[in-house]
Amino acid sequence: MGLAKRIIPCLDVDNGRVVKGVKFVDIRDAGDPVEIARRYDREGADEITFLDITASSDNRETMVHMVEQVAGEVFIPLTVGGGIRKLEDISRMLKAGADKVGINTAAIFNPEFVKQAAERFGSQCIVVAIDAKCVSSDGEAKRWEIFTHGGRKETGLDAVDWAKKMVAFGAGEILLTSMDRDGTKIGFDLELTRAISDAVDVPVIASGGVGSLDHLAEGVTQGKADAVLAASIFHFAEFSIGEAKQHMQAKGIEVRL
Amino acid sequence: MATVAVIDYGMGNLHSIEKALKSVSPESTIQVTADKELILSADHIVFPGVGAIRDCMAALRASGLDETIKQVARDKPILGICIGMQALLQHSEENGGVDCLGLLNGKVIKFPKGLKDPAGDKLKIPHMGWNQVNNDGKNPLFQGIAQNERFYFVHSYHASQVDTAIISAHSSYPDDFPCALQQKNILAVQFHPEKSQHAGLQLLKNFLNWDGQS
Repeated sequence: MGLAKRIIPCLDVDNGRVVKGVKFVDIRDAGDPVEIARRYDREGADEITFLDITASSDNRETMVHMVEQVAGEVFIPLTVGGGIRKLEDISRMLKAGADKVGINTAAIFNPEFVKQAAERFGSQCIVVAIDAKCVSSDGEAKRWEIFTHGGRKETGLDAVDWAKKMVAFGAGEILLTSMDRDGTKIGFDLELTRAISDAVDVPVIASGGVGSLDHLAEGVTQGKADAVLAASIFHFAEFSIGEAKQHMQAKGIEVRL
Repeated sequence: MATVAVIDYGMGNLHSIEKALKSVSPESTIQVTADKELILSADHIVFPGVGAIRDCMAALRASGLDETIKQVARDKPILGICIGMQALLQHSEENGGVDCLGLLNGKVIKFPKGLKDPAGDKLKIPHMGWNQVNNDGKNPLFQGIAQNERFYFVHSYHASQVDTAIISAHSSYPDDFPCALQQKNILAVQFHPEKSQHAGLQLLKNFLNWDGQS
């Protein structure tokens, strides 16, 4: 017995509202991030991640306010990603009650930003988000590169090298999303997850492609992820967090029940 | 009315701990403060911390709050959390070696690289997530909390060479390390009670209900 593998529900937030449709029958306002966070907390989520998908400066205030509200009543770790570009953005989110921030595009344009952020706030709150796509041809050894803009723009950066570099620069955790799998519901890219997890010493959160409880378990058993992140299977109430944990436990994975 | 001072020395997010204390003790006055008088006059003191020990100790010394902590630690119930716990010990090997407050005997060392779990899988550093806490059943902090309850940890360094008599709880990663210490009125935990849901809130409640004597 020891450290539990984590299940992290992710909420996409647009101008203070949760998007991608939420179908909980017992929730009054399905778009209210605070109410959904409360629900996930009750169900036993190990952490909650909020992704600000508008990330325009006008909406930043809304996001800060939302984090404050959630942090006032949900006492588990909270991560906020999307539009984190300056030290000031991090400082505001941490002050609002976030425990970690996810840095994605800003790290690519300015890797030093990750170093500065880790030095100022500590590695424990710096999650570097990596969006990767497979770029090798069939028959070749598998290779993945980093993409930005929702997987549309290539950067030419090798995903494994990039993950190592980000950890060297102070990332305390890697949030790894397979852009090939995101939204497909056919499961994580387990080879990618395994490659990154083997390459770095910090925890890796697998993301992108979860459509079943088996997928969550495979992320840990085969992908060697330390945590698994999913959005839609929880939002549409296909499965509760509790069911997901029971399933993982039945597969021999240590979880917090 | 009871007052609680959360020591604010510029290191990290104190919002969560403030909210958690408010939630377990709505009738108490919770003050997140660097004001020495407020800290000295509070009934309970919380000493949190995140980040690197060198910066924490530098901030404490620059503000003179190191002396304030030593003063309150003579008789007031004080709870060190995470880096707060580490700062109460004598010395940390982080940042090339940093002398700490020395209110508790013991050192702070890094988890070694290359740790593996019993199944042979690599254990990541930082030790991050929910791990089990095995307490000695005597500490007032753990009243009403199940044995092996999980708490949220995030740290790369841990207490070591601590007097056995002051160890209240262990966790393991994969070897045992002390994660809760008590010496008279001084309590310290490596995990984050403010982020550990029900168990964490219960622990904070126990702390606020404790007079530092038993």
